[in-house]
Amino acid sequence: MSKPSNLRKVLEAGHFAVTAEVGPPRFADFAPLRQKAELLRRYVDAVNITDNQSAVARLSSQACCGELARMGIDAVFQVTCRDRNRIAIQSDILGAVAQGVRNILCLSGDHQRFGSDPQAKSVFDLDSVQLVRLAADMTRGLFPGGRKMEVSLEAYVGAVVNPFADPVDLQVIKLKKKARAGARFVQTQCVFDLERFSRFMERVREAGLDREVGILAGVSLLRSAGAARFMQERVPGVTVPEEVVRRLELAPDPEEEGVKICVETIDRMRNVKGVAGVHIMAIALEERVPEIVRRAGLFPRPDPAGQALGPVSCREGNRVDQG
Amino acid sequence: MIIGQRKPLKRIFEMLDPYDRILIAGCGSCVTVCMSGGLKEAEETAAVLRLHRQAEGRPVEVRARVVERQCEPEFLETLDADLPHFQVVLSLACGVGVQRYSLFRPGKLILPGLDTLGSGLPVRQGLWEEVCLGCGDCLLDQTAGVCPITRCAKGLLNGPCGGSRNGRCEANTENHCAWQIIYDRLAARGELNLLEEYRPPKDWSRGHWGGPRRLEREDMPIV
Ligand code: SF4
Ligand code: SF4
Repeated sequence: MSKPSNLRKVLEAGHFAVTAEVGPPRFADFAPLRQKAELLRRYVDAVNITDNQSAVARLSSQACCGELARMGIDAVFQVTCRDRNRIAIQSDILGAVAQGVRNILCLSGDHQRFGSDPQAKSVFDLDSVQLVRLAADMTRGLFPGGRKMEVSLEAYVGAVVNPFADPVDLQVIKLKKKARAGARFVQTQCVFDLERFSRFMERVREAGLDREVGILAGVSLLRSAGAARFMQERVPGVTVPEEVVRRLELAPDPEEEGVKICVETIDRMRNVKGVAGVHIMAIALEERVPEIVRRAGLFPRPDPAGQALGPVSCREGNRVDQG
Repeated sequence: MIIGQRKPLKRIFEMLDPYDRILIAGCGSCVTVCMSGGLKEAEETAAVLRLHRQAEGRPVEVRARVVERQCEPEFLETLDADLPHFQVVLSLACGVGVQRYSLFRPGKLILPGLDTLGSGLPVRQGLWEEVCLGCGDCLLDQTAGVCPITRCAKGLLNGPCGGSRNGRCEANTENHCAWQIIYDRLAARGELNLLEEYRPPKDWSRGHWGGPRRLEREDMPIV
């Protein structure tokens, strides 16, 4: 049988978790995915695959996660509500878990307006809170509406939160709803504005949510001032403070500066009470992730996403809380 | 009210190209109010059509008329006397009016002159916004009278997505984020607790997605 969620093991053991994101290619070949995943294997606890990120059609997240599972790597299957109704979502979750995927990350999804197919009809049959509930119910052997599954599925259910969206009150309330609906880990939008993030975390702690869900702070690698500007202006929900853009502008080697910013951010995150780990988003720069993890002092991992050699079985001595 | 806007003239010229005796029928209700399909707009459309065809050297006979409501046969009957003379009717009513007219006078070609945009309301002088999708299970009691199904670009029921910034929607910054409006209104009423309640998946079968709906009143006698 396939092993349980590695990410869950790490978080439940109280280690500071590290995950990284990989965007699938826009063609029908796993090769680039495999290559990136190999680079990350020993440096992260799980590899997260985006689901048609920014509403650009790509190799499916389910297929990619299946491939990671076959490589013995703990995969986080991102599922958005934009492109599938509840029937397709159930089917894709069954498909992913049957292939050995053990983490499901539930999101609304970026609006299709700025993606590859702005003329598309969006679905949004469910919203992200309802999706969390559906996935969590499936882990309890229930289909929506309470019908019993023949065999319940094993998965660690997560969600996202944006500390920088307005109104922040509502983001905290929504996070609470997601936790109640069954989310056990949460990935945040990329953190650049540390002050604002700290204030958000204060609110999260007040609500006791940091004890209910493992919060992974999103950390993004910026390759240049141009990339930072693009994020600032064009990526919904991301806030990039002017001084970050400045630093990249003035740096002789902007990519190296980006790595530095990343490492510093991770350092800061380790000291924010209630942050249980980081999720590194270095799309198209995945090869820099190992270095970032090393420089942040987070290597070796307590439980790498996939051990270097061959297929892995659950190792002895891991504290796995089945509760 | 139903809101709609006139189709691009190019499209109207194309549709009407084969004909040279054309009736343009406005509707005196909603589309008159949103200034896209009343008598005035019918006359304007007739005038540009005449000019266009003159310029092409193919003059056309166009008459503009209006009825009070195109969705009811009684009103459409008032055009009957003129109807045989015209080869085609360009209806400036909403999609309901156009369909009503085609069903009522099946021998006549009725073409759509408007693009219907849905159920909306005027928000200020010269601006109308869609506000209701007719989901068949109204939840405005939970959302301070603001419809998230229609006014949130993702139709979210449990609160905003992460893209809301400065009160604007990620999908179109010209639009207010529906959830920001809902939040502000509930906060003003001291009802923020409503936002903490879990809203289960919606039963879309009660809306259009369960197939076209019908309204039948058995208590209404057939006469
Ligand atoms: S909840 Fe349904 S019926 Fe009520 S305003 Fe919204 S779409 Fe219309
Ligand atoms: S920004 Fe607001 S209105 Fe726009 S999709 Fe997100 S929640 Fe809905």
